[in-house]
Amino acid sequence: MFPTPIEKTSRTWQLTYQGLLPIVLLIWLLPLIAVATFSIKPSADFTNGNYWGLPTSFELFTNYGKVFFESDMPRYMINSVLITVPTVIGAVALSSMTGFALGVYRFKGNLAIFFLFIAGNFVPFQILMVPVRDISVNLGLYDTKVGLVLFHIAFQTGFCTLFMRNFIKALPYELIEAARVEGIAEWRIFWFVVLPLMKPALAALSVLIFTFIWNDYFWAVVLTQGPDAQPVTAGITSFNSQYRAAYHLMSAGSIVAALPPVAMFFLMQKHFIAGLTLGAVK
Amino acid sequence: MRSILKASVAALGFAALATGAVADGHGKKLSGDLRIISDMSNPAPRAVMEGLAKEFGEKHPDLNIDLEIVDREAWKTQIRNALTANAPDVVNWYAANRMGPYVNAGLFEDISDMYENGDLPGLDAVKGAMTLDGKQWGVPYTYYQWGMYYREDMFKELGLTEPTTFEEELANCQKIVDSGKKCYAIGTKFLWTAGGWFDYLNMRTNGFDFHMQLARGEVEWTDARVRETFANWRKIIDMGGYIDDHQSYSWQEALKFMTDGEAASYLIGNFAVAPMRDAGLSDDQIDFYQFPLIDASLPQGEDAPTDTFHIPANASNKDNARAFLQFVTSADVQTKINSGDALGQLPVNAASSVDADEFLEQGFAMLSGNAKGGVAQFFDRDFPAEMASVGMEGLQEFMVFPDNLDDILERLEDARQRIYK
Amino acid sequence: MTALPDPTSQPQRSWYKRNEIAVTPWLFLLPGMFFFAFYVIYPIFQSFWISFHEWDGLGEKVWVGTANYERLLGGDRKFETSFWNNLKWLFLYLLAIPAGLSIALLLNQKVRGIRLYKSLFFFPFVLSQVVVGLVFSWFYLPREGLLNAILAVVGAGPVNILGDPSTATYGIIAAGLWPQTAYCMILYLTGLNAVDPEQIEAARLDGAKGHRMLWHVVLPQLKPATFIAFVVTIIGALRSFDLISVMTNGGPFGSTRVLSFYMYEESLSEFGFRMGYGAAIAVVLFFIMLFFIVYFLWSMYQDERGGR
Repeated sequence: MFPTPIEKTSRTWQLTYQGLLPIVLLIWLLPLIAVATFSIKPSADFTNGNYWGLPTSFELFTNYGKVFFESDMPRYMINSVLITVPTVIGAVALSSMTGFALGVYRFKGNLAIFFLFIAGNFVPFQILMVPVRDISVNLGLYDTKVGLVLFHIAFQTGFCTLFMRNFIKALPYELIEAARVEGIAEWRIFWFVVLPLMKPALAALSVLIFTFIWNDYFWAVVLTQGPDAQPVTAGITSFNSQYRAAYHLMSAGSIVAALPPVAMFFLMQKHFIAGLTLGAVK
Repeated sequence: MRSILKASVAALGFAALATGAVADGHGKKLSGDLRIISDMSNPAPRAVMEGLAKEFGEKHPDLNIDLEIVDREAWKTQIRNALTANAPDVVNWYAANRMGPYVNAGLFEDISDMYENGDLPGLDAVKGAMTLDGKQWGVPYTYYQWGMYYREDMFKELGLTEPTTFEEELANCQKIVDSGKKCYAIGTKFLWTAGGWFDYLNMRTNGFDFHMQLARGEVEWTDARVRETFANWRKIIDMGGYIDDHQSYSWQEALKFMTDGEAASYLIGNFAVAPMRDAGLSDDQIDFYQFPLIDASLPQGEDAPTDTFHIPANASNKDNARAFLQFVTSADVQTKINSGDALGQLPVNAASSVDADEFLEQGFAMLSGNAKGGVAQFFDRDFPAEMASVGMEGLQEFMVFPDNLDDILERLEDARQRIYK
Repeated sequence: MTALPDPTSQPQRSWYKRNEIAVTPWLFLLPGMFFFAFYVIYPIFQSFWISFHEWDGLGEKVWVGTANYERLLGGDRKFETSFWNNLKWLFLYLLAIPAGLSIALLLNQKVRGIRLYKSLFFFPFVLSQVVVGLVFSWFYLPREGLLNAILAVVGAGPVNILGDPSTATYGIIAAGLWPQTAYCMILYLTGLNAVDPEQIEAARLDGAKGHRMLWHVVLPQLKPATFIAFVVTIIGALRSFDLISVMTNGGPFGSTRVLSFYMYEESLSEFGFRMGYGAAIAVVLFFIMLFFIVYFLWSMYQDERGGR
């Protein structure tokens, strides 16, 4: 193990290390702690210039209540869910198929198609902005959740295919061959043999895509506007304009907007990290 | 434009004395949909807009009204998108040249017929600000004076009085600075507040007509007269008149400096009065004066921006939209939404009455009696949109780095030559 | 179907059977490829095409040849600022890799609660860039921000990071480094987990210690993690948009623009959509990226050939 395990070091260093950790963590999360503190302060603290002192009163419920009941935030949150969940389902479905095709079969062009997916995924997506916006407008999908979902599915398919294909390729190939010998149809092999083995990959990818899509801002502002279709990342700016200079409410709003992916991460940590680090080890 | 606007304000003053007929729709019940995108995102205007939609909905129970309120700053970059793709039925925007890009692109509906047919009684006087190429492209719903809002109590404490000349203004400012405070709050994060300062300094230094020539692109930015305006501005900057770090604040955030008593005054529009009162300042603590004279021989020009409603050319419920425009401009609705406890601004309908509010009365009197030079819309509405955008970025830079003036002016001159072709 | 007595149907049915292995992958690829081609591949070419036109997004495209590129490269100051800022992003963003490695080394222990520490160090990564941007812009606020509150305690400051054109871009990059470092950290933690303990022990017996051990023994084994960290960091740097849009909106005086932000501004600006000019900026950005894409693909291709 590297670095040297702490239990094998001197007592003083062990104590220093144990003492150091919380301090480093505190510094690391300082900006976030600041915002969390803001979000429970009363507005009077801000008018009185008491930014960093203790809150004069505890206003968690007032502030967050305002976010949930006196703004468009719930609408934006619902939009985010309605955009994120279908995207996750669509992208994972499509890419388990493409991943299966590219991971199991040998055929001419396999590698070329695979690399096309990867290359498309690396592209700075701003280059797609003008044409994709145009396509959405022409299809009547501008400013709709559907328009955003379709694009996200397509774009995420690149990354997901890379992921799925590598995962499937690492599965024991003998299973598939054995099934073929049994005379099982190829689509049944996919459905009954490969898919069950892919459960960890499906879980990991779903969590990852959920986070990516929930956090998307660029496409949200390019393809939608207003509380009818915009997800919360874009909606937060209009929330902020409603409460400009009201730091306690803006802070509460951002925390609410950030919560679902954070919750997803802490609940599904194992899958999340497995997905993110696939390929970091050989 | 100048004469029309001048006439319009004068006419407003006159007509407001008479009580006009109240017209509002045709009493016909509407049905179907009405989609409104509004940029009235600050708390007070937001409440007004939501109230308008609600009231209109109560009048027409079968009408399905969908109101989206978007961030006022973000709307400036979103509007074109909204007008071209999936256009709503009614949108907010600004009067005068600021309409230009959308009028030229055919994105605003021509509603000249409404003015001709008498569907919009009481608006004749403000028609000018809505006119481009001889046609009208929307209706105004409010306008407001700009000027110096100041802390009366702080002035008293320092023994200052309302200045009428720039020398007095600077002398006052010196005393304020000497007392350890700042003279002016301003937040230039979204740039346009700096445009207000330039408008006033330029109109007072070179006159309203010169200012409009510059707006029309007829004068070079490197002209000596423009430099004189900047030289006057620099006096305030050099004496430390403005709050520090104003480029990091929105106008709302900068307001705090005034409510905290760290800055004595604020050159801003009347819309700032509502948040000042919300922040706890009483009417004894705030007051208003007209921007002082620099060249006494020049008649004063004033900024009085007009905010508007338009129907996008691609709207799908234009009849409902037209009825809504009639509704918001009708005399009693105008009186109500512009009152001191609502928008706190001036009504556009000649038959409406100006609320008995200290600031509205002063502003109204100033615009109708003491703006003989002319009434301008605002920097970002009088200058073509692209010039305004480049220009305001330069103005902000000047306020932070006045030494960069030569470079800034050259850049603006380049832009002028490219933009006005 | 089996009831059909016609013997001629027999070979037809078996055609699929016979070619099942050849046909199936294409059937499985079809929906994904269609989506991807329609929304990703085709638009890339379309962007190139549009960049040779003047187009407001509505009417006819007018062919202008290379005029957009001439204006872009012929002294457009906004473009120059954006381009240099992109380079700053590229280089400074890479700091996430050593920073991530350092934190990973710090946390690669088995003490009580270390798992929670790892999670807490990592979780800035799952925050939306919009939220990160807001959090940091409040952190940097010239009077109210925590940064200046801390600086005041040690007697320094105050500084206005985002209001000063000479520091604003760095301030935004620092905000971007926060989640990116977390990402690199998790990659390295996973990598460190898989480092061969025998090699470490062997090196220890040879007297290797500290940074020599890190450099000669550990880092070579972390190569896959480093490669991925490099890929995601470069992509992240060139895509930077959200933070700039939220934190400074390109200001003060346009000093924090990058190519992606500038192209957005031009394409969807208030005073007229300049889709052609925007597309040209995007193409330039694409070519900067292409350099890296080719390198990434080449590396991956080497791996593929080395593998099965």
